[in-house]
Amino acid sequence: MYQILKQIIKTGIKSETPPQADDGMRLIEQRLQQEILDVFGGALAIRQVDAGSCNGCELEIHAVNNAYYNIEGLGIKFVAGPRHADLLLVTGPVSRHMEVALKRTYDATPEPKLVVAIGDCACDGGIFCSDGAIGAGENYATCGKVSNVIPVDVAVSGCPPTPVAILQGILTAISAGRHGAQK
Amino acid sequence: MPIKHPNLKLTRLTDAVPAWTGDITPEYLFEICQQVRDGGGRLVALWGSDVRQQGGGFLLHITLMNESGLVCLNVPLPAEHPNYPDISRIFPAANRMQRAAYDLLGLYAHEGHDHRKWLRHGAWHGGSFPLRKDFDAAASLTHEPEDYPFVQVEGQGVHEIPVGPVHAGIIEPGHFRFSIIGERVLRLEQHLGYVHKGIEKRFESMSVQQGAKLAARVSGDSTVAYAWAYAMAAECIAKVTPSSRALWMRALLLERERVANHLGDLGYLGNDVALSFGFAQFWILKEQVLRNNAALFGHRYLMDKIVPGGVTTSLDVEGKHIIEQECDMLDEQVRILRNIYDEHAGVQDRFIGTGRVEPKLAAQLGLCGMAGRASAQAWDARVQFACAPYDKLDVKMATYRNGDVAARVIVRFDELFESLRLQREIMVNLVHDNEAPALLEKLPANGFGIGLVEGWRGEVMVAIHTGAQGNLTRVHPHDPSWQNWPLLEHAVIDNIVPDFPLINKSFNLSYSGQDL
Repeated sequence: MYQILKQIIKTGIKSETPPQADDGMRLIEQRLQQEILDVFGGALAIRQVDAGSCNGCELEIHAVNNAYYNIEGLGIKFVAGPRHADLLLVTGPVSRHMEVALKRTYDATPEPKLVVAIGDCACDGGIFCSDGAIGAGENYATCGKVSNVIPVDVAVSGCPPTPVAILQGILTAISAGRHGAQK
Repeated sequence: MPIKHPNLKLTRLTDAVPAWTGDITPEYLFEICQQVRDGGGRLVALWGSDVRQQGGGFLLHITLMNESGLVCLNVPLPAEHPNYPDISRIFPAANRMQRAAYDLLGLYAHEGHDHRKWLRHGAWHGGSFPLRKDFDAAASLTHEPEDYPFVQVEGQGVHEIPVGPVHAGIIEPGHFRFSIIGERVLRLEQHLGYVHKGIEKRFESMSVQQGAKLAARVSGDSTVAYAWAYAMAAECIAKVTPSSRALWMRALLLERERVANHLGDLGYLGNDVALSFGFAQFWILKEQVLRNNAALFGHRYLMDKIVPGGVTTSLDVEGKHIIEQECDMLDEQVRILRNIYDEHAGVQDRFIGTGRVEPKLAAQLGLCGMAGRASAQAWDARVQFACAPYDKLDVKMATYRNGDVAARVIVRFDELFESLRLQREIMVNLVHDNEAPALLEKLPANGFGIGLVEGWRGEVMVAIHTGAQGNLTRVHPHDPSWQNWPLLEHAVIDNIVPDFPLINKSFNLSYSGQDL
């Protein structure tokens, strides 16, 4: 126990200032009222769904939980199921094998809910798609970007996006946003 | 020459690792596999290709490994009935690979007793095969998920827990079916393939350099290992050797990937036994490595830094100094943390004896890589088939016999320290210059090349076949998770359900890498 306490004290506090919301990441205008956002902002529960990623984005989502980005310090935590989640954090080009599971997870998440797509593949299908055989950004095994399958509020690009960008995407989703700021 | 057989003529591939290739008719396949198995050899990978447009039928490719090197067997199969003898009786790891070869290409292992689909869940019609050249994607799609026939465990008090595909943590998707009695696991059966993205098909429409980017994203946590294995395979076909500086850089990046992943896993293994201190501490260290990667090489996970022909990054004197300082810092900090883990009764109580894979079972089923070394399977491509620059580094292999979670933790610690030593050695040998890499833009026609790299999880293999225009007609990336997933089913038997996340994490296998 002494060794653990000593190490904790020696390590000190590593947490850094969180980034500001960025309206440029919005795909659609904020749908939720300020009152709800205030509640979310105090304690947001996130369910992460890997819908077909290479596991690269997951590495950075893990990193958001480390002491530097300290997402829990902002009142945001990752939860084990969709039924008590406010926000879905979805990665991957959506594989056809995950299409049903993603839709069911979305349906199981109670309203009001938000969806943030993480990574280039979630934004536009990325490197795995767009061979043109079926439709732009799709192939025999994937449905492409997340918004092809469920509605997406905020999209964070990057391969993988940095933890700061992921945090920014989440904070954007729960911020009021300027009127007409969507792309 | 690794295999001697009267009907097999082997040709040496120009390669960084000792590898041979040869054709063999299906009737001798079983015999040769048995011979390799009897000599202590292993199955590395099994895949197929469609050569009907070249006037042939199909080819089954099997890579075997023994102490002399790798042998890639090409087995010609007729276009009408592409059947071959089931080799999972010799190498149990072949089971899922054979089922995948059927789902994707229609190659059928006759005499086998398990013909359940593996990578096809019902997104495309059974009877249409995506990797066949005449596959019509638009006409083959369906939206009818098919049931998977799990093996039922019967008896009084037995019940099932279905888990997934969406898991409770930040993890890739897959389905686990537990049959339990009380808290005790009687049987675990995995059903994977949920993140099948059509990677192998995608390669076929790419140039050699585009393919490198895709290879680097087969399994994002092993991007360096895949990019190197892919580059090695391409260079094998083109018969070129990258500059010595490029090779030293590749080894540096590979060891940094190993360090980052082992740090992350050691943190999560602490977390999984309720020592969140371990997660906090190890992830601070991991973050520092990632930040140095971003500052020195321009990417936190080192994606796209290794390309066919060379590397796209360099390291100056200042950068070397930062890495040396980082190694010193990690050496000191990880020693402190290892001591805390070792002395913590609660941690050791959960680690020791949990999720055990006995060496005998590991050998029988072909457990490989880091998890294999924790069960006395002394294989490490950096040691047995040391490609440059590992031939100058004298890597010390970490092995342990206990095969439990504790052993997999120990192997990670040992490998982490060894990687720090290797990075320091590399710093001594790496010369700085700003030479532009001699990128490979075109590959020779009708070639075949193979690359094998010991990633942090185990040996990553990439095989490339080129066509008449030097295009990528078939690329097969192979993850060590193919071999190791079935062992996880065995490791959890007789453990309690709450220990599953811990056991699973101690293997930390790739879903994307095997789902392709």
